[in-house]
Amino acid sequence: MAEPLLRVEGLVRRFGGIVATDHVSLDVARGELHAIIGPNGAGKTTLISQLTGQLVPHAGSIHLGGRDITRVPSYRRSALGLARSFQITSLLLDFTAADNVALAAQAHDGHSFHFWADARKVPHLRTAAQAALDRVGLGARANVLVSRLSHGEQRELELAVALATRPQLLLLDEPMAGLGVTESARMVKLLQELRREVSIVLVEHDMDAVFALADRISVLVYGRVIASGTPAEIRQNAEVKRAYLGDQHAVSRHD
Amino acid sequence: MKTRLDARNIVAGLVIAGLLLLPLYTSLSGNVFALTLFTRIVIFALAAASLNLIMGYGGMMSFGHAAYLGIGGYSVGILAAEGIGSGFVQWPVALLSSALFAVVIGALSLRTRGVYFIMITLAFAQMAYYVASGLARYGGDDGLTIYKRSDFGGLINLSNRVQFYYLCLGCLFAGLYLIWRIVNSRFGMVVQGLRSNEARMQAIGFPATRYRLVCFVISGTLCGLAGALLANNTDFVSPAVMYWTRSGDLMVMVILGGMGSLFGPVIGAVVYLVLEEFLSQVTEYWAMIMGPLLLLIVLFGRGGIDGLLGRLRRG
Repeated sequence: MAEPLLRVEGLVRRFGGIVATDHVSLDVARGELHAIIGPNGAGKTTLISQLTGQLVPHAGSIHLGGRDITRVPSYRRSALGLARSFQITSLLLDFTAADNVALAAQAHDGHSFHFWADARKVPHLRTAAQAALDRVGLGARANVLVSRLSHGEQRELELAVALATRPQLLLLDEPMAGLGVTESARMVKLLQELRREVSIVLVEHDMDAVFALADRISVLVYGRVIASGTPAEIRQNAEVKRAYLGDQHAVSRHD
Repeated sequence: MKTRLDARNIVAGLVIAGLLLLPLYTSLSGNVFALTLFTRIVIFALAAASLNLIMGYGGMMSFGHAAYLGIGGYSVGILAAEGIGSGFVQWPVALLSSALFAVVIGALSLRTRGVYFIMITLAFAQMAYYVASGLARYGGDDGLTIYKRSDFGGLINLSNRVQFYYLCLGCLFAGLYLIWRIVNSRFGMVVQGLRSNEARMQAIGFPATRYRLVCFVISGTLCGLAGALLANNTDFVSPAVMYWTRSGDLMVMVILGGMGSLFGPVIGAVVYLVLEEFLSQVTEYWAMIMGPLLLLIVLFGRGGIDGLLGRLRRG
């Protein structure tokens, strides 16, 4: 197998006496959609935060495209092709949708020490923003303040912002969180399209979505990866059933 | 951005027209006091506008902004005392020293957030205050009298009240225009983005601290200019201009006028200083009226006076 796009080895992160990430190792191949599932408190967001650089691991390493990024600050990881969406929507609420996305494009368009020209009139930034908004179906909402967008639209905007940085790897932290049935279905459809363009690590509670989308699934319990494999393998895995799926009824629908 | 004929723009336009025409009124009425008062107001408006750049747009609550008033002022005063009267030397030195001070203070204080940032900027300004008090050669506690205003050759005569007023007004308008350009530039978008959501900005690839620091330095430099003007206006500079209550005054002007609104600090400076002037004539306890008034505006007028005016339009 070719070198994986993302390689995580022996990652450890503690909070006081709690080991939130316990020697986690996983590989994400180029073009893969790799889902991470696990019960609440399994350490999924902690793991994502270490991948994006918001948290520094106590041990282990993270490689992106062969390059060690374990101690690279988060803003530079973005330049290396890593983008994330947040579990709790994290946008610039007092900016318009287009401004949010244009800023993401601007972050990857050289330094921003331009003090004079109107940033909202830079054609290629606006075009990039509009393209990303169109991509997630928000094209018509470009000039609406984020605080006035619906929750579902904000989740889509999170994706557009991440896309505008033209990432190699997209880390999505529960993109369906709080979405209704129709909105979830739209999001699944959108992710199905996006996965053809970009590798994705998806943390998600919605098991229907995970099993519909993932190439591979890693199961996180108490900070440890107890299983990693294709959706079919994960469904058959006895340990997974016992530790997680068995008492969570979620996957029984698929059996 | 579209310009609409709403209450905000009308008030802003009236204030600008009033400020421009003020010398005409004073020469017709012979009321020189108004010109003196408004020269002071215009200078403080510039200082407040510079604070608004970091506080309103950048979300950096600096509680030590008056330090730059002092640094700009002392640059002019010390050079004048040493026999260097040329404004072409004094003013660049004032701007440069303010910028340098801002670089050092910013580099140290921007590592912190929230209350800690407020306390550290306050502490540095107080340090500057005590250093100035210790400058025995330059008057120490008593301050330093400036016997001759900055000399700009035949270009402009700062001792002429009207010329000096228009110089201050020109600096204010130029400062506001600069801030307006900055705020809408790529740099300004980043700074405002950082105010709104730092984690998000880091995640899309912006190194927060260096953008904040540059903004902090621009703001300090602009306030240093106000300091140079203020020293010329009073022919005097003393540690008192750097005292923390002065920084507080500047903050109040910004909050009163409207944080993050371009013209807000100007309105804030006008209202604050005019009220101070007239209330202090009415009663010694003018602060007892000013305090509750401020409280009302902060409680009910989120966005300050400018915010209130903005809401008038929608009824």
